[in-house]
This record gives sequence, structure tokens and C-alpha cells, in this order.
Amino acid sequence: MNQPRDYDSIPGTYVYDGRRGRIGYALNMFCMSLNDAKNRALFKADPASYLERYKLTPEQRRTVLDRDWLGMLKVGGNIYYTIKIAFCDGLTFQDVAGMMSGVTKEAYMQMMLAGGRSPEGNRYKQTAESEESAHG
Amino acid sequence: MARIVAGIASSHVPAIGVAMDRGTTETPYWSPLFKGYGPAREWLAKLAPDVAIVVYNDHANALSLELIPTFLIGVAGEFPIADEGFGPRPVPVVKGHPELAWHLAESLILDEFDMTIANEMPVDHGLTVPLSVTCGKTDAWPFPVVPICVNVVQYPPPTGARCFKLGRAIRRAVDNYDADLRVLIYGTGGMSHQLQGERAGLINQTFDRAFLDGLTKDPLALTGITHTEYMREAGSEGVELVMWHVMRGALDDDVTEVYRHYHVPASNTAAAVLILENKGAA
Repeated sequence: MNQPRDYDSIPGTYVYDGRRGRIGYALNMFCMSLNDAKNRALFKADPASYLERYKLTPEQRRTVLDRDWLGMLKVGGNIYYTIKIAFCDGLTFQDVAGMMSGVTKEAYMQMMLAGGRSPEGNRYKQTAESEESAHG
Repeated sequence: MARIVAGIASSHVPAIGVAMDRGTTETPYWSPLFKGYGPAREWLAKLAPDVAIVVYNDHANALSLELIPTFLIGVAGEFPIADEGFGPRPVPVVKGHPELAWHLAESLILDEFDMTIANEMPVDHGLTVPLSVTCGKTDAWPFPVVPICVNVVQYPPPTGARCFKLGRAIRRAVDNYDADLRVLIYGTGGMSHQLQGERAGLINQTFDRAFLDGLTKDPLALTGITHTEYMREAGSEGVELVMWHVMRGALDDDVTEVYRHYHVPASNTAAAVLILENKGAA
């Protein structure tokens, strides 16, 4: 189950496969609950208490409370689920994408207007060192 | 007998729906995209299909990680609009076509595609944005819809080759449906985009344009693209393009490309619309 996959060589990418599904289920199901307006109100009013309903690990809990969007992916978050926390905060996919890639909202928007992030140089992790910085 | 007259591929970026719902389609940011869809809307109004099969994916709305059907067909009389986390889109309820949908469900399963059958299901932007952008703002959608939902949220999605074969099976089922219906099929999602991780924002125009060319002229060659190749070349969410193969598989081998428009960016995504007609069928 934990054997390497060929897509592990893609930099800055967290494929929601069985390895992540095994650790991310509770986190993502918490996010799913935010499709209900009543739950959104409860979560906004008292995030820490609301999270008690779900069996999150301490690190999963921290990433949610800190809005650590990239951190959520590393502990099993699936972007289609974690984005629901962002919607709760009034953020868009583009806002969160900018934060995950570590640039300002303005810089990210300019990159997209200029044609997006080029695949050149972004197909493969460059070295073990850069892998550390991407995932460490 | 029923027949598939045409296929349309369209991206389903949620921000496109938001722009339509908020009336910002004329802004400098959005107007090139919506202008590009203008000829597609005119073509569709003229085509006036009796029913549309819409191949799309749900994004954690009707379906969660609790149950993950690889292929699902909606047989309901109507499909409400999902609350995706910011309230439902202000668009009409989607009317189904239970008779055709049940025929498809039975035919596909007996044809070795093990469909999940949904009697109740809300639909999200994956289905409603392609309808909005090709039908325009409306109080009632101009045709009923048979939703076919493909898992692309939990890895692995079905392969492109499998999706193409599903399209072939849909074609056989429609050809055997004993009613004089003109059927349109939508393939939605894509094109290149990545919504997650440090690599978010990836766009690959070279890949996308080759995919558009290939889908028209040599679709079988494209069915060999692996998930890893989609993710590496077209972004992790670019793998949604497998759904376009379902649409293409339901058409003739030899089709007429009626229209295409390609635009970057729609939020994080390369957005395209491509219209293919079966020759002499429209």
C-alpha cells in the first residue's frame, strides 16, 4: 500500500490516493459537514468545539485552526474538501492556491494572467534537497 | 430511434458560474471567455436537442468519501442544486429523463459497465456550469438531462481508455432506444489546471491544444495517456480530461469539428469549449 508511485516524482503535488485516504478520512468528512449552513454557523462561532465532533489528529486539528492550507494536504486533506473551510472564510480557490504556492494574492493572479505556471522545470522534483523543501 | 447528434466538451470552473450568477461576465477579466462561448450558445439553441447526457464529476457535494462510485447514473425526475459550502447556485432545478436514464442504466450494466444508480442526488457546478455557459441565464433549462458522474476526486479515476469504452456503450444504448430522440452528450472538466500544493496554477497550453486536436482527429491515440502523464503535464486536476473521452467515445469515429475556443485563465484553469458533430446527424 505504501509502495512508491511514479507520480511521487511530480513536485508540489499531493495526490489523494489510498495512502492519503487512510489518514485523511476524518479531516475530509469534517470539511464535508460544512456543506450545511447550520454547521458552517456552528464552526464559525466556535471552531475548536466544533472540531471535537471529529476524530482528528492534533496536527490535523492545528492545520485547520491555523488555516495552514498546505499543511492540511500533508496530513491527508483533499483539496476539494479543504476548500470548504476556505469558502467558510470567504476565500476563493485562487486565494488558497496563492497561499499554498507561497506567493501573494497579487503575484499569483499576475502569474495566472500571464498564462499560468509553466510546466517547464516543474515536471520532476529536481533533487533530493528540493524534495525536502517541498515536502519537509 | 434515438441518436446522438453531437458532443460538446466544456470546462466547468466554479468561478465561471459565480461570474454568471453575479453578472460580472462583461468585465475585462471575464469577457474574452464569455465571448468565446457565444457561438457555442447560438449553435446549441439551433441544435435544440431533446435531451442531454452530461458527463461530469461531483466535487464532494452529492458524494463524499463515504461512498465513491467510479461511474454513476442519475435516474431521478429532477436534481436539486447542491449547497457546495456557500449556498446553492441560483439556477433552475435540473430536470431528468428517467425513462432514457433507466434504459441507459440497464443497457450499460448488461454491457459490462457496472453503474451505480442514483434515485436522489443534488448536482453541483460540475454539471450546472457547463449548462449555464452553453444555455445562458434561464428560468428553466431548455432540455432534460441524464447525469453521468465519474469519480476524479479519489485516486485513481477510471482510465481514459475505460472512459472511451463507456462512451461506446452509451452510444450502443442510445442507438437501441426506441424513441425518436436527438441526444447531445457533454464531456466536462479540464483543461490543464492544478488547484493544490506548491505547484498550484500549472497551465500547459501545448498539451491542451494537442489534446483538442487529437480529440477531434485521433481520439483512440489519446486514450493511452496515463493518469501520471495527465497530472505531470496538465496539472493534478487536469486528469478530469478523462471525462472528455466518454463524450468522444459516444460519437462517430469521423466527426466534424464545428467550433472551439480556448482561454487562459479562468481563475486557476485553462478553459475550453469544443463542439463535435456526427456527420449528417444534426
